[in-house]
Amino acid sequence: MTMAGTMDFEQLVLPHLDAAHNLARWLVADATLAEDVVQDAILRALNYFGTYKGGDARAWLLRIVRNNAYTALSARKRSGMTSLDTVAPGADGEEPPALQVPDPADDPEAALVHRQDLARLDLALAALPVELRECLVLHELEDLSYKDIAQVTGVPIGTVMSRLWRARRALSGAKPGCGKAEGAVA
Amino acid sequence: MSDDPCFELRLLIQADVDGELAPAEAARVGAHVETCPACAALQAQLVALAGRICREVPYHPASDALRDAVRARIAAASAAAQPEQSAQVVPLPRPARQFGGQRAAGKFRLPGWNFSALAPFGTGFALAACIALVLVLPRGNGLPDSVVADHIRALQPGHLMDVVSTDQHTVKPWFDGRLDYAPPVKDLKTQGFPLAGGRLDYLADRPIAALIYQRRQHLIDLYVWPDGGHLDHGPTEGARSGYNFVRWSHDGMTFWAVSDLDAKELADFVRLWQAA
Repeated sequence: MTMAGTMDFEQLVLPHLDAAHNLARWLVADATLAEDVVQDAILRALNYFGTYKGGDARAWLLRIVRNNAYTALSARKRSGMTSLDTVAPGADGEEPPALQVPDPADDPEAALVHRQDLARLDLALAALPVELRECLVLHELEDLSYKDIAQVTGVPIGTVMSRLWRARRALSGAKPGCGKAEGAVA
Repeated sequence: MSDDPCFELRLLIQADVDGELAPAEAARVGAHVETCPACAALQAQLVALAGRICREVPYHPASDALRDAVRARIAAASAAAQPEQSAQVVPLPRPARQFGGQRAAGKFRLPGWNFSALAPFGTGFALAACIALVLVLPRGNGLPDSVVADHIRALQPGHLMDVVSTDQHTVKPWFDGRLDYAPPVKDLKTQGFPLAGGRLDYLADRPIAALIYQRRQHLIDLYVWPDGGHLDHGPTEGARSGYNFVRWSHDGMTFWAVSDLDAKELADFVRLWQAA
């Protein structure tokens, strides 16, 4: 990477550092791990920079961040570590307790609606299955279009739409009579 | 498919609240919501939830410490990589120019009420929409440039297919009367490259047939036209702007396969097609 290349990279990527951190933080639910995920993602993005073909730099970076976060989550699951946030609140005050990432194979929303206190929206969001949570975070907090969310998460737009639907249904409580969401349009 | 007949309508209302509908579709959703209390309630609920998320869910910006650490790591990595030209970085051609900014290709438009029609080709549209549409191709080797440029142009929503069919016996006759030759049409569904449709195109100064095949989320354009006894001495394979192409001739026809598939899978496709 030349000096000019490094400057290109910084100009392209650093404006999206907040988005990168916000996504990592919502995915791994751990302040320390989120920063590690972002740093690793930046280095990875730097290595991939030669293959960046233009387009939305934010979506490009967020895809790398997201994949890194998934790697970190599975590593944490394997090693049986739990988040430090469960015992030590972060520096920024009131932390949501780290809620473990439920196995996507379960039917988590249904169980969630019954046991989760939905009055705390941030807690409910943090307790969503990670593949639903990421869609909602990318749309509501980052204002990404369906198309960009599909790019970041690597699933078809139809799946993005049904995941957003499921996420919102879980957050607003069970809606009676709703059919199975996933797979309907995917 | 969903066992809930209202599901697709709900997704449309959601798409409307999310600002993903074209004005005409949004107007139709709006007209329906005015007459349907259940849908009006759903719309209100979605709007209220969006407001609550906006107010109640914290955003986690990067700390100054993280920003500094990232800058330092970039600087360290670039210093370590001097001198330039480590063999590891793949020197893909970068577009000389691109329309920068977010959502460069414009918002994804849902094709009206015919929502289920989206499903089989959702991946294709997603792919098409994800591509930076404006690429200035390198000069020289005119035909590969033209073919790849056409492939990219075709990926734009609404340009991909003139006849949508997975049946080769539908696609092949469709070209009758539109071309002065009959392109061979084969389906490779059992080999993992299902036929998705066909398109009339204009390349090499003549109207030609383009067949569209799918491979997972990738699309392959196969261009076919008579070579007229003229032998092309250009490259038989290569890459332009990240798209791979393979060219061959058979029975007086010239074939070009173009895709963002990796070179190996595209070669597999070509081999299977030739053998079919």
